Amino acid sequence: MNWISNYVRPKINSLFSRREVPENLWTKCPECGTMLFHRELADNLNVCSNCDHHMAITPRERFQALFDGGIFTEVKVPEPIVDPLHFRDQKKYTDRMKATQKATGEKDAMLVAEGQIGRTPIVTAAQDFSFMGGSMGMYVGNAIIAGAERAVKKKAPFVLFSASGGARMQEGILSLMQMPRTTVAVQMLKEARLPYIVVLTHPTTGGVTASYAMLGDVQIAEPNALICFAGPRVIEQTIREKLPEGFQRAEYLLDHGMLDRVTHRKNMRDELITILRMLMRETPAVKADLPSPGKAESTVATAATPPATTAAKA
Amino acid sequence: MNYLEFEKPLAEIEGKAEELRAMARKTEGMDVEKEAAALDRKAGELLRDLYRNLDPWRKCQVARHPERPHASAYISALFTEYTPLAGDRNFSDDHAVMGGLARFNDQPVVVIGHEKGSDTKTRIHHNFGMARPEGYRKAVRLMDMADRFRLPVITLIDTAGAYPGKGAEERGQSEAIARSTQKCLEIGVPLVSVIIGEGGSGGAVAFAAANRVLMLEHSIYSVISPEGCASILWKDAEKMREAATALRLTAQDLLKLGVIDEIIKEPLGGAQRDVDGVIASVGAAIAAVLKDLDGRKPAELIRDRRQKFLDMGSKGLAA
Repeated sequence: MNWISNYVRPKINSLFSRREVPENLWTKCPECGTMLFHRELADNLNVCSNCDHHMAITPRERFQALFDGGIFTEVKVPEPIVDPLHFRDQKKYTDRMKATQKATGEKDAMLVAEGQIGRTPIVTAAQDFSFMGGSMGMYVGNAIIAGAERAVKKKAPFVLFSASGGARMQEGILSLMQMPRTTVAVQMLKEARLPYIVVLTHPTTGGVTASYAMLGDVQIAEPNALICFAGPRVIEQTIREKLPEGFQRAEYLLDHGMLDRVTHRKNMRDELITILRMLMRETPAVKADLPSPGKAESTVATAATPPATTAAKA
Repeated sequence: MNYLEFEKPLAEIEGKAEELRAMARKTEGMDVEKEAAALDRKAGELLRDLYRNLDPWRKCQVARHPERPHASAYISALFTEYTPLAGDRNFSDDHAVMGGLARFNDQPVVVIGHEKGSDTKTRIHHNFGMARPEGYRKAVRLMDMADRFRLPVITLIDTAGAYPGKGAEERGQSEAIARSTQKCLEIGVPLVSVIIGEGGSGGAVAFAAANRVLMLEHSIYSVISPEGCASILWKDAEKMREAATALRLTAQDLLKLGVIDEIIKEPLGGAQRDVDGVIASVGAAIAAVLKDLDGRKPAELIRDRRQKFLDMGSKGLAA
């Protein structure tokens, strides 16, 4: 229209509305402060390449990295009754749930899947800390029971990745009742003589630690994960003294005999394969290139043949 | 008599009646019986009104009443030949958990309970009923023994929760609780739990994964204390009234949810007003359940117990 809008404004605009770099491309490591590029961080399984700090990872991302060729099938979880107590604090529980479901794209705080790792069929469940702190309510209980039942049916081991602030208060006593319920699931595996391996990730606390997360045949933790029943703040308030460095962290628990191993996330898959194949009395895993995803799928379909022979064929 | 905060008006009336009578005892020829009796009647009405509809937060206060009978009172009144058995064979004996062999109506059983203590000295001795890992491990040992010798197990639940201490955590508090819950679900003998006061979270459920869970009328059973819930969800510990209501921790709500099997009535004004009466009611309720479970095969007991928990919660408040 005039020289100002045609000439000056575009320049000023370009100064102020410069296209910003989307923030989520870079993540700052909460431990060492290093800025990490998103692709590198994902390739490194959300572990800081500078200080090895293990950040949270969603169940889906974990399963993609865990299963052969990233292929897995979700195990259906029976949906529990919604908001059984009609719970309301400052917000309605149903509103909180809807908002979280929208933000995460998940139904609840646990994902159950089956597939193969190192050509070993497994059923696995992973808890999602980004979904209401990974809190354990009826859905999580149902998920663990569904996973255990599926494992028993398939005669496959069950691997559980825990990450939780504890019981979901909004489901009151029914969240507490998931402690015995999930314990029943663990017993099903025990009776079927199937391995139950727990991988404790940061953080695993409260009623979750005090039930299924501490009942594994093998207990592995990720480095520096907080694992406890009562949190450090509660304990400091009770005993009124400072807690020692590293208290309730994975390495501390290992020292106190509460864990079998502390394992870096990048080694976790191989370690699980090694342990599971021994417990299932299978031949050692073949350390070779895996067939292309297309072929991998066909081995899933013919899973009746023992993994060793499939490996030889491939 | 120890009065709770909401019982203050009652304390005043009962105090006045007592004062009058004391005065009359000192002064010869003074007859106050008529006035005192009127005050008694008034107190009785007030008591009935107060306890007719106790809100959940008041129930929490009654459940924690310092004069409410504790596990030791029930054990000494309802059991004979009680022989306490101590220790977890690993580290120590936890005084927050008492247990051992005993006879219930002449039948040998294993009894296990949280003990809170009744005065400063015994409260400290029993760590206010808050167990450490050794308490749960002792219970596992006793339940194992009950299973091997085919003795029913009776657990009396009364704890604010497992003890949040440094040593307790280092020695595996969570693992100990998990194993105790697991043992409850594993034993091939009848397991009956009675929540006599506070059923505080994991520390309570570790003894309460039972064939039958009975609850006293004014006792509570919850995933978290109302104070704790208020400070987390309301960011204000003073909102414990709201939290107590939202958590549905009363025996009446838990029966609706199908989490407990039976409510045992308490005397008017709570268990502390008639200790012998409430103990007798609990005894009768346990006897009825044991009779009902008598003769069931171990596999059946285990299967029913597990199924009960697997089904739990599927119907919400309509259970």
